[in-house]
Amino acid sequence: MTDTTTTPVTAPPVQPRLAGLREVWYYFSHSRGAVIGLAVFVALVIVALLAPWIAPHDPIFQYRDKFLTPPVWQAGGDPRFIFGTDAIGRDILSRLMHGARYSLLIGAVVVTISLVGGIILGLLAGFFRGWVDALIMRIMDIILAFPSLLLALVLVTVIGPGLFNAMLAIALVLQPHFARLTRAAVISETNREYVTSARLAGAGNLRLMFRTILPNCLAPLIVQATLSFSSAILDAAALGFLGLGAQPPIPEWGTMLADSREFITRAWWVITIPGIAILITVLSINLIGDGLRDALDPKLKRS
Amino acid sequence: MLKFLLKRLALLIPTFIGVTLVAFFFIRILPGDPVQVLAGERGVSPERHAEVMRQLGFDLPLWQQYFNYLTDIFRGDFGTSFASKRPVLYEFFSRFPATVELSLCAIFLATLLGVPAGILAAVNRGKWIDQATMGTALVGYSMPIFWWGLLLIIFFSGYLHWTPVSGRIALNYFFKPVTGFMLIDSLLSGQKGAFTSALHYLILPTVVLATIPLAVIARQTRSAMLEVLGEDYVRTARAKGLPSRRVVALHALRNALIPVVTTIGLQVGVLMAGAILTETVFSWPGIGKWMIESVNKRDYFVVQSGLLLIALIIMTVNLIVDVLYAIINPRIRHQ
Repeated sequence: MTDTTTTPVTAPPVQPRLAGLREVWYYFSHSRGAVIGLAVFVALVIVALLAPWIAPHDPIFQYRDKFLTPPVWQAGGDPRFIFGTDAIGRDILSRLMHGARYSLLIGAVVVTISLVGGIILGLLAGFFRGWVDALIMRIMDIILAFPSLLLALVLVTVIGPGLFNAMLAIALVLQPHFARLTRAAVISETNREYVTSARLAGAGNLRLMFRTILPNCLAPLIVQATLSFSSAILDAAALGFLGLGAQPPIPEWGTMLADSREFITRAWWVITIPGIAILITVLSINLIGDGLRDALDPKLKRS
Repeated sequence: MLKFLLKRLALLIPTFIGVTLVAFFFIRILPGDPVQVLAGERGVSPERHAEVMRQLGFDLPLWQQYFNYLTDIFRGDFGTSFASKRPVLYEFFSRFPATVELSLCAIFLATLLGVPAGILAAVNRGKWIDQATMGTALVGYSMPIFWWGLLLIIFFSGYLHWTPVSGRIALNYFFKPVTGFMLIDSLLSGQKGAFTSALHYLILPTVVLATIPLAVIARQTRSAMLEVLGEDYVRTARAKGLPSRRVVALHALRNALIPVVTTIGLQVGVLMAGAILTETVFSWPGIGKWMIESVNKRDYFVVQSGLLLIALIIMTVNLIVDVLYAIINPRIRHQ
């Protein structure tokens, strides 16, 4: 059966999918904010990828004669250090560029882990119902009973501070949202005719879950993934700020803020500039998320 | 209603067990056993080690330890702080009012500004005022609030010298806490200027903690309003020739506010997470700062019970919100 049908079955979906993408892009590109967000995000990705080559200085090299140099436009600025230097003479611009790598990496890793975990748990819960559903969803309730940052903080205390552990902890606390969304979507899809017909055609549980049902639940998951991407960056920066995320001298943006807190009254730029980087990144991703939600949600589209 | 309440309470039981299990295992999965963790780098002799393990009940089988833990909790015994040697519950309640005061002020500010902003945006949908409000809301929603706090300190405290940098009240005012709420206590003390001083210290932390809830409430109010404004009964009201202002205020707002009330209630988790950062930035002596200090001091019994107490509070508030929601919206009750 498989041999004769696979070719015709796999070929047609390409076009509808492309058409679907084109439609999403059509609505997405109508939102000015979303397009600006996407442009900023792409620029950030490029900076992050090229950071080792385009950064003017080594992000952890300390210019011992250049402590707390102000930005170039302020009196006392040095043209070699556009955004100035921090308390131990490291170039802030170079640290920001390298920091972009960490923030985007954190977002990508956290979203991947929590998306995959959440989809699997949500599919299991929504597809099998009964005790599997009850067990999985009660565990999700427990995770959601804690404020996410507090739970992440406590998890990091257990497994030790550091960038990777922070990512694991954040992924765990963000994951229930994906599980709940997937479960809800799966439950509403499972009783549709196309699922029944696939089941009658002899599709196994795994195929039903991943090939038949999942592709039809993707829209809310994509939006949630975008929003989680920005939450992950914010939470990681917060953990870094509290001293439990990335450890110095890693130029993670939250850690940079934590390092400079004591110079708050003397050198405004060591605090202000890394925060602007966090804000712009998170804002651009949230703009994309809003745009995607409007483009993917047929209810809003019509209105 | 009673049936709904009982059903809702029954749902809480597994969550309660789960939350206590998380707190229970937190101490037990830390690297090294609890006694070594408490002793730190000084180390401890094997005899003393065994003795303390026995004292803390760590030599019993796991299920019995958990049972004892639950019994202790129901008796109100949340362990003893390793650093201060005082009961954790006492420490918790001596700091709790500071966090509640800050959170109440923040949620008040967020509602006071967020609901009108959302209505304004919805009524002027697509116009510049909508775009400006929603743009600002998205910036607020994307804000790293710990940085926002530092920024406000730089500007209002460092540059303008308008507001203090940290603390709850100026040091020259001293009175015994009665309620723990500085605004009320300063009034009760009758000292001149004490209330103004407390208010002064409260402004920046409130603004910082309110930022994200404000953005969420504004966005939620706008979308709830838009949904309601498209309903038939609103169209009917307009068709009857009622003035637009009256339609918005009487017909639309009342119904739009139902989901908004839920949103406001659900901000309590956001507020607790925000309190950790806000209190750290402003040295506000509340639960959030206490948790961070305890993590840094490795005062793990405090972290364990703080985690549990905060989760229990959030569960309680969510329960209250659900019940209130069921009271306003009968459809939920009869599901």
